[in-house]
Amino acid sequence: MAAPVLRWGCPGTCRAIAWVYGVPRRRRGAWTGSTSSWIRGQSSLAQEPLHTSRKPRKGEHKWAAVVGLEIHAQISSNSKLFSGSQVCFAAPPNSLVSFFDASLPGTLPVLNRRCVEAAVMTGLALNCHINKKSLFDRKHYFYADLPAGYQITQQRLPIAVNGSLTYGICVGKRRSQVTTRTVRVKQIQLEQDSGKSLHDDLRSQTLVDLNRAGIGLLELVLEPDLSCGEEAATAVRELQLILQALGTSQANMAEGQLRVDANVSVHHPGEPLGVRTEVKNLNSIRFLAKAIDYEIQRQIKELENGGEILNETRSFDYKLGCTVPMRDKEGKQDYRFMPEPNLPPLLLYDTTSLPAGADSQQVINVDQIRERLPELPSVTRERLIQQYGMLPEHSFTLLNEVGLLEFFQNVIKETRAEPKKVTSWVLNTFLGYLKLQNLAVRESPVTASALAELLDLLDSKAISSSAAKQVFEELWKNEGKTPAQIVSEKKLELMQDQEALEQLCRSVMQGHPEVVMDVKKGNPRAINRLIGLVRKATLGRADPAVIKAILEKQLSCH
Amino acid sequence: LLGQCLELSVSAALKQGQITPIELCQKCLSLIKKTKFLNAYITVTEEVALKQAEESEKRYKNGQSLGDLDGIPVAVKDNFSTSGIETTCASNMLKGYVPPYNATVVQKLLDQGALLMGKTNLDEFAMGSGSTDGVFGPVKNPWSYSKQFREKRKQKPRGEKEDSNWLITGGSSGGSAAAVSAFTCFAALGSDTGGSTRNPAAHCGLVGVKPSYGLVSRHGLIPLVNSMDVPGILTRYVDDAAIVLGILAGHDPKDSTTVQDPVKPFVLPNLTDVSKLCIGIPKEYLVPELSSEVRSLWSKAADLFESEGAKVIDVSLPHTSYSIVCYHVLCTSEVASNMARFDGLEYGHRCDIDVSTEAMYAATRREGFNDVVRGRILSGNFFLLKENYENYFIKAQKVRRLIANDFVNVFNSGVDVLLTPTTLSEAVPYLEFIKEDNRTRSAQDDIFTQAVNMAGLPAVSIPVALSKHGLPIGLQFIGRAFCDQQLLTIAKWFEKQVQFPVIQLQELLNDCSSILENEKLASVSLKQ
Repeated sequence: MAAPVLRWGCPGTCRAIAWVYGVPRRRRGAWTGSTSSWIRGQSSLAQEPLHTSRKPRKGEHKWAAVVGLEIHAQISSNSKLFSGSQVCFAAPPNSLVSFFDASLPGTLPVLNRRCVEAAVMTGLALNCHINKKSLFDRKHYFYADLPAGYQITQQRLPIAVNGSLTYGICVGKRRSQVTTRTVRVKQIQLEQDSGKSLHDDLRSQTLVDLNRAGIGLLELVLEPDLSCGEEAATAVRELQLILQALGTSQANMAEGQLRVDANVSVHHPGEPLGVRTEVKNLNSIRFLAKAIDYEIQRQIKELENGGEILNETRSFDYKLGCTVPMRDKEGKQDYRFMPEPNLPPLLLYDTTSLPAGADSQQVINVDQIRERLPELPSVTRERLIQQYGMLPEHSFTLLNEVGLLEFFQNVIKETRAEPKKVTSWVLNTFLGYLKLQNLAVRESPVTASALAELLDLLDSKAISSSAAKQVFEELWKNEGKTPAQIVSEKKLELMQDQEALEQLCRSVMQGHPEVVMDVKKGNPRAINRLIGLVRKATLGRADPAVIKAILEKQLSCH
Repeated sequence: LLGQCLELSVSAALKQGQITPIELCQKCLSLIKKTKFLNAYITVTEEVALKQAEESEKRYKNGQSLGDLDGIPVAVKDNFSTSGIETTCASNMLKGYVPPYNATVVQKLLDQGALLMGKTNLDEFAMGSGSTDGVFGPVKNPWSYSKQFREKRKQKPRGEKEDSNWLITGGSSGGSAAAVSAFTCFAALGSDTGGSTRNPAAHCGLVGVKPSYGLVSRHGLIPLVNSMDVPGILTRYVDDAAIVLGILAGHDPKDSTTVQDPVKPFVLPNLTDVSKLCIGIPKEYLVPELSSEVRSLWSKAADLFESEGAKVIDVSLPHTSYSIVCYHVLCTSEVASNMARFDGLEYGHRCDIDVSTEAMYAATRREGFNDVVRGRILSGNFFLLKENYENYFIKAQKVRRLIANDFVNVFNSGVDVLLTPTTLSEAVPYLEFIKEDNRTRSAQDDIFTQAVNMAGLPAVSIPVALSKHGLPIGLQFIGRAFCDQQLLTIAKWFEKQVQFPVIQLQELLNDCSSILENEKLASVSLKQ
């Protein structure tokens, strides 16, 4: 990462541009106590806003953290970047390996058009400048899962440069407001994935699986515009959504389709940037945030203690919740970059530069790809806000949970209920149940249709909202019953019988003369008590507004 | 074309049934055995060839011949992948390596019904200019045993051991050159990165074609320098080379550096009038090391064109002298990169050391590569280091562009082809050759041929005459990029004028085949 431009946030007004206040030197001793307690301290830091209540005291050194990301996204494509081998997760080892993938001598790379289109698409979605000419390079290092002894990448002239990724971050006391931030995208390059090495320490063997070797990757280099774990995590989540919306990568971190390395350094604002470390092995968004925040605090502590930061590679140990130096097997690497001589420059065209009579199979038209771009998450959110009067933070939640937006839209399609009602039910009740049981949307026992039917019952005032909650709970048990069946079995329908209700009201008033007296004395809250008593008598099946009207009428006739 | 020809070619002989593919194949196999001491072949694929010959024979009987190459014995340099046939690059590293696929050029030959006689010897990984530095030993030049050479040698004082003064073939495609020269096949594939096809062609009295870069697929050619390598063709006559080139040329989806434009079949017209031609004589190629004989033949050749009405002009390729050092940087850098895959894991040699992966790599590569290869890997990695990249690799690339532009400028000035020597002198004895190391030799021997590879141009070496020692001398024509057909057309005219003598190996092969008695059968197609 070269000379990042650090944008200063205003302390106290935003939490994402984190101001990390170090401990004054005179209090250094406090930090040298038990490491474990300090680590615990970190985990709470990772969850709590980094600056919140603390304001810098005079003479106190402020620290600013600078975070840049390098992200590898596996391109969603049927075949590999330079060979015809199939791409498939969890296939039997070494079953998807072409002669080229195994680097048999004499084999040559042939560029996969789909991968180029995916790179262009991603570049356009991230507001990049698409280079009409890009080049491929060889990056050399010896490793058992790199059969050729080099990786083909785009070091000198990548396919896309100078973009930006805008993401929303929750701010405010209750984290209910969303503000957008932008991280610059330095470049997007096409490159080959390596194979996988499995080290069998017991037999001191390394097993190599080349199924992954040669799969197309998009390497996205983000400028160091981020300043804490949460920002990084949110930016990566947004990227994930964009890639998934584009279909250019499945971007599943657990399956290794999205891999993130973080470059982290700390410094005093106004002073040159500090020495950075690279944190690797971040295989979930949560760990990404944790690892970065841990690393920031570790560096601050190290510097506060008069130590120095080494330019090293560290890996995140998710069990211990801390970063540890990686055993640097090969020492300082010189990758000896060289142009890949077997691939001519990659030329892209737009509608104006398209050569006359060009074979459309042989050329890639950037304008055509731009026209085919699907709706991006930011636009989807805007549409949700406009169309359904949704709060911005709700639009974020809907998109962030895999499948939730689709679920929401399916409910909307099938119900007469107000969008706001649907939003509330989906985000509060439905999502709450899912979270409680740690389920994904697709694992939900309640279908969109069932929820739509339930909301229709609620909307037509056939049931009360408390009855609706009961129905939902029954639905969750997944016993194959429809909401209507549950309502009738459990006798949850609202009491529509006016006479019966009037009768009930009368008997409640007779049974509670002291409350009636209270009402008559002018206590405005007393009537609510009566309403409550009547509802209880109806087992919650009566509309409180109707009860109130009957009670008022009867009280006035008394 | 063949039908109009009065004289017989082996192709026509096959078509007319005067010889059958099996007979032809057996004759060549017997010659291979007789000339085994030449060390031209690393692997002789007798069974494969005979099987192919049987199939070819069936086709001829059924009148379904696949074309000019059906039933014609060919040989392939052992740095082209051949499916099911060991491909060694004359290196310990690839001993025992049997590729699972055919190089595109090999496949194209087989698809035409050609008979694969075997895999020919070379310098290890084609790094050399003598065919002396392979793990299977040096290749001997058949001309060492020719009547023409022996007669001249008789005047020399006796006492020298008969076989100790054999000549090198040149290289690195020396095995392919020796194979064609000794009549064991009619065409052979070489590879040409800095002159590796043209140099042995000149030393062995053959036509050696280096096609335009991008005209012929490199898929399956185990690379030396990807940006300069081209499959080369070695034959006795220009027409034969043209037939083979016509078959090999064209886009290959497996090689992204091949041209997309469709390639027309290579039919060479008989040029009768050269008066519209402009022949360039690059003055920088007149170097002090050039032997007087070659120099004189070069001059005679220029005179010949002039006397036939062609315009012959002196031209300048000012950056020629930088070619060698530039080539050194680019070649070793790509070599360092290309050789990285030979780590003992997926294929090829693996050492016994297993204390760590790194130790295994080091020992495997130490054992697998010879000094020449390791030396180039070391230099190349040095040039590619971050701190050296700008000063060496980038500069060399810029010089390469200047060299290429030299040619562009000359051709833009109206020159049709350049006429140059191919080598400094005739083939030298092995004992003479090995006095210098491989690097010095390669640098000296490539000076007329290498710049062509830098520029990606087509070139051909044509045998011109015998030296006073009775050894062949070749001259080189260099053409415009992708004007291979024009180049060969001019070369064919020149070939006809010079009437280079056929090698006389009867003494060596005393009882040998009728094929030698009928020199007309020495050609795939026609000899005029």
